[in-house]
Amino acid sequence: MTVDDWLEAALADADRRGLTDLKGLLENLARATASLRAAPWNPHAAADVPSSSGWTEYHPEHAARDELSRPEDRKR
Amino acid sequence: MNRPIAHLGIVELSRRLSSRETSARSLVEDALARIAARNGALNAFITVCAEEARREADRVDAEIAAGQYRGVLHGIPVSLKDLIDVRGVPTTAASRLRQNVVAASDAPIVTALRRAGTIIIGKCNLHEFAYGTTGEESAFGPTRNPWDLTRSPGGSSSGSAVAVATGMSVVSIGTDTGGSIRIPAAACGVVGLKPTWGEISCAGVVPLSPSLDHVGPLARSVQDAWLLYRCLVGDPQPTPIPDEALPAAADLTLGVLREYFCDVLDEAVRERFDAMLQRLARAGCRIVERVVAHARLVMPVYLHLQLPEAAAYHARTLDERPEDYSRGVRLRLELGRYVLAEDYVRAAEGRMVLRDAVDAALAGCDALVLPTLAVPAPPLGATTVQIGGRPESARAVMLRLTQAFNVTGHPAISLPGGRTVEGLPWGLQLVGRRHRTVDLVRVATTCERLIAFQEAPMD
Repeated sequence: MTVDDWLEAALADADRRGLTDLKGLLENLARATASLRAAPWNPHAAADVPSSSGWTEYHPEHAARDELSRPEDRKR
Repeated sequence: MNRPIAHLGIVELSRRLSSRETSARSLVEDALARIAARNGALNAFITVCAEEARREADRVDAEIAAGQYRGVLHGIPVSLKDLIDVRGVPTTAASRLRQNVVAASDAPIVTALRRAGTIIIGKCNLHEFAYGTTGEESAFGPTRNPWDLTRSPGGSSSGSAVAVATGMSVVSIGTDTGGSIRIPAAACGVVGLKPTWGEISCAGVVPLSPSLDHVGPLARSVQDAWLLYRCLVGDPQPTPIPDEALPAAADLTLGVLREYFCDVLDEAVRERFDAMLQRLARAGCRIVERVVAHARLVMPVYLHLQLPEAAAYHARTLDERPEDYSRGVRLRLELGRYVLAEDYVRAAEGRMVLRDAVDAALAGCDALVLPTLAVPAPPLGATTVQIGGRPESARAVMLRLTQAFNVTGHPAISLPGGRTVEGLPWGLQLVGRRHRTVDLVRVATTCERLIAFQEAPMD
């Protein structure tokens, strides 16, 4: 779901529930969500298709886990 | 000079108690007298446990007279944020939803406090469910800043900071999910310590966002905060850090965080912060610049973790009793219901990236240093604050310098930095390595001595 689609649905739902005061907060949250999704650690932050290494490029804990999950490592 | 007992630190009070120069009963009566005199205006306490405290004080005095002195915390009056369970006492969380919810048992941290012999004097006001930075939204009315009654004391541990600042209790226990110990500590001129995440049990403490929640002490000195911290982590007989274990100024390297963290800063706070760095440098500290990679993503990561965790805890009462929440708290809780699971996962990944980034910034430093609060205590009722002539969200600005270390779990402490030209306190924040809270406290103790500034309790 794109941020725009999410915001449209959230605003409609808040309106239906009578929570009109949520509108400004939802719009601020949408901006924060867009920033979060554009963060460089996301697998598809820089391309339309996620990289095959997923999250691993940005975090050594994931990389270490991947190392351990290789068959030759498991045999050791 | 014979100083009032409320001006004394724990070590001196314990010396007087153990030598029977003073009694636990007199400490309790002094605290109760201060509460009676000031609480009407400040609204720091929701529940005062006067009779229980008197009974406990008499028991402590009898134990000490019988040679059963337990250690430095024996007979010290403490207050607790009213999120923490004390058997037989309501845990209101400052909410209409919980006004009649009486705790069936003590939280493990209360058991630890009782084991050390502290005396619980009462339970402190807070921002409802710890979900706010100003201490204003409470079913029991707003807490007020003792330095200026028209201003917020900071929150959410608002009553705890006010109680310590005014000598209503020697120390207090608060909680910190985005800065709720450090923010009121800075706004009221006291010390606030948020240890490494997970060090102190949160069992029996009403949660806000479990992966960000921390319990910790507010006190008038780093040493007092240390002694309470040690008690809360389970040390049955905490002892002060000896002077020989403290780093010398010349051995300290402090990494200043300017990028992002000092981008939105009140000029009065900036001026005091820069002057403080010069003072530390003149004293011999090495001051270096440090950057936390991806710091601009702290707020988005924080929001996508904090909002849904809080909404999950409150889901049922949000549906069944929505009108019993304060308006702002209810809206923030409802907002959390709209965060998508995929964005929570992205934020969880971001937490690990930011944790590594803070670890990297700490390389070669004993601590990172930055202000605690970007603005002095804002006026009660303010939803925006002016910075550089621009209106900024008061809530976002108040969380800006503290929430990063809730996301990453690093220990952080706020020290009183003095006062601005308006006479309002501001706080200096130090951040240490994860699981090395002791090292951070050592650095903070040295800095406290170099700063040579400690607020006396307000009489």
